Amino acid sequence: MINTKRFTEEQVKRYSRHIILPQVGGKGQKKLLEAKMLLVGAGGLGSPAAMYLAAAGVGKLGIVDFDRVDLSNLQRQILHGQSDVGRRKTVSAAETLCEINPDVELVLHEDRLTSDNIMDIIHEYDIVVDGCDNFPTRYLVNDACVLAGKANVHGSIFLFEGQISVFLPGQGCYRCLFPEPPPPGAVPSCQEAGVLGVLPGIVGTIQAAEAIKLVLEIGISLNGHLMLFDALDMSFQKVKLRRNPSCAICGDSPTIKELIDYEEFCSLLAVPREC
Amino acid sequence: MAEIARVDAELDLKGEICPYTFVKSKLELEELELGQVLRVVVNHRPAVENVPRSMKNEGQEVLGVEQVNDTDWEIIIRKAV
Repeated sequence: MINTKRFTEEQVKRYSRHIILPQVGGKGQKKLLEAKMLLVGAGGLGSPAAMYLAAAGVGKLGIVDFDRVDLSNLQRQILHGQSDVGRRKTVSAAETLCEINPDVELVLHEDRLTSDNIMDIIHEYDIVVDGCDNFPTRYLVNDACVLAGKANVHGSIFLFEGQISVFLPGQGCYRCLFPEPPPPGAVPSCQEAGVLGVLPGIVGTIQAAEAIKLVLEIGISLNGHLMLFDALDMSFQKVKLRRNPSCAICGDSPTIKELIDYEEFCSLLAVPREC
Repeated sequence: MAEIARVDAELDLKGEICPYTFVKSKLELEELELGQVLRVVVNHRPAVENVPRSMKNEGQEVLGVEQVNDTDWEIIIRKAV
């Protein structure tokens, strides 16, 4: 019998294009199969991120989303299809991901993330891939990752532009960059302003690539950098970030000691839904 | 085959085709210690060139490639990285 150690015959074939890569190999693929990642949001960013992470054979993939699939999501949220409208995004996502790779252990978290539950949820994961669409959740995820010492692979989109970064414990965070969320009403939501459907495909895929690189410990991480993408110019710009010693959560004398539930201002801005 | 000190592991890959001949050889080699020697037997003709080339690309040492009978070839690789 052919001895391929712990890989099954199917895994050898499924992951062969990874295993062939000198920077991955069987050892790297095993790291991926042992990795535990949490995806915050099964929407625009979470769709491509989840699909590629599942395809890559990430061992355990948690998905947090309390929402249901809406027809207006399908322009960009490729985890979901026409027949999923009205269904829970977590359930719809799980079906798609299971079809891509049944090797992956999927854990569905159908709750809205709050200061009460986030620490318990992220506890069991190594890397958090933040694909949320609102500031309260983004700051909650950031602060929780800092407090729990988890890597945070950040992505955000607006109109035709995206931002991506990686925040590693002790090396800066989203608050070092943007100390406070904008006041309610100051920034229009995607619901209001619109977003190019393919944009989260690009940004979420970059998040997946960064998360995979963290697991494999290869290449140059976006840690310490912010990637700015503009789909209209088709330009990528990388700017350096520094940890802010006076950051309220990860600085030398942090003033934020417990998690904050910011006002859910996205819902305040909600445009009337067709009824 | 000329003097090959010692073969530490053998892999029968008859019936396998590329790229799995290399993939499985690589996986096997990963389990060996530096300096250990792997003997792979293939009967897929393209693998006779492909496996040694890919091994060299990865920095491994190919000690020999030789036809052992009408259908089979052996490839001897020493783990160098």
